[in-house]
Amino acid sequence: MRALGARRHGWAGAALVAFACLFGGGCQTLPDTAMELPPESLKLRQLQTRRVEGIGETALLAATVGVLQDLGFNIDESETQLGVIVASKKRSAVDTADIVSSSLESLFFSMLEALLSADHESEGDINFDVTQRIRVSVVTRPALDSTGQPRADAQVIRVTIQRLVWDDEGNLTRAESVEDPKVYQKFFDRLSKSIFLELQAE
Amino acid sequence: MMRVRYPVLAFLGAALLCGCVSSIDQVTKTGQSAVQMRSYQERAFDTADKEQTLRSVIATLQDLNFVLDKADLDLGMVTATKLSGYQLRITVTVRPRGDAQMLVRANAGYEEEVVKDLKFYRDFFTALEKSMFLTAHEVD
Repeated sequence: MRALGARRHGWAGAALVAFACLFGGGCQTLPDTAMELPPESLKLRQLQTRRVEGIGETALLAATVGVLQDLGFNIDESETQLGVIVASKKRSAVDTADIVSSSLESLFFSMLEALLSADHESEGDINFDVTQRIRVSVVTRPALDSTGQPRADAQVIRVTIQRLVWDDEGNLTRAESVEDPKVYQKFFDRLSKSIFLELQAE
Repeated sequence: MMRVRYPVLAFLGAALLCGCVSSIDQVTKTGQSAVQMRSYQERAFDTADKEQTLRSVIATLQDLNFVLDKADLDLGMVTATKLSGYQLRITVTVRPRGDAQMLVRANAGYEEEVVKDLKFYRDFFTALEKSMFLTAHEVD
């Protein structure tokens, strides 16, 4: 009797929580650690940062704009006085490997479902990513000399990239920062070529 | 019969009451007093250098995985977005307080709400302190 009472209480509690979630605008809350420095922040900073010698801040920003244009980005915002450039582009997010794997996965699950249940109501929906919006912010600052004073001819540049991905039904499937070292390496390779051209033009 | 009717009536009444609040009121809705909000969104730093403070704010936001949206030295403001399975947007303003201090204010929005979590702002100012090599003072 007592056990039954407790169980009833449990159900009521669960129902209450579900109800609260529904009316609280969804269960998703901001993680407690959103503003804590992530443990990998130093590693990320290293792969996103380069030191550039022999160039002024404005010239470096101009060279960066050149690279962003080469990569098909549009400049959304710039503030030379703070060494800031923000750019974005919208591109296809279709990943052939992804489509093949999700199709196979979906095929596997529909076969499994067919084996397990008598009624064949499986929807067979295959959603895959189709569009993405890539955003880049580039921040420069003068490098410091041995006495801690900013240098006019050496800069530190940091690039951060993030993307939003939507599937073929227009649902947002990813909202993430790009942390692949290869992406940053390619960006900086292009930047050093652009800096070379920029310095030659001066 | 009566047992069934009262809750239904109460629900309808509540729905009507809620319905009377127009969604346009969200434009000026705050939820908390301005003084209350500022107490945890604002800190003062002992420096008169606005540009350096803004550059430190930007560096801190990059450390926290934000990508910038806007930056303006004259107005002393930066807006940035963090994507990490969720979308979080923050605006940080920097303005002089007297001759020797800069007042930094951060306010963030997540989903359809203002972030009111004290720890959130405390973590931000802790990270900013490290970047500025200065202590963040609470403002009265």
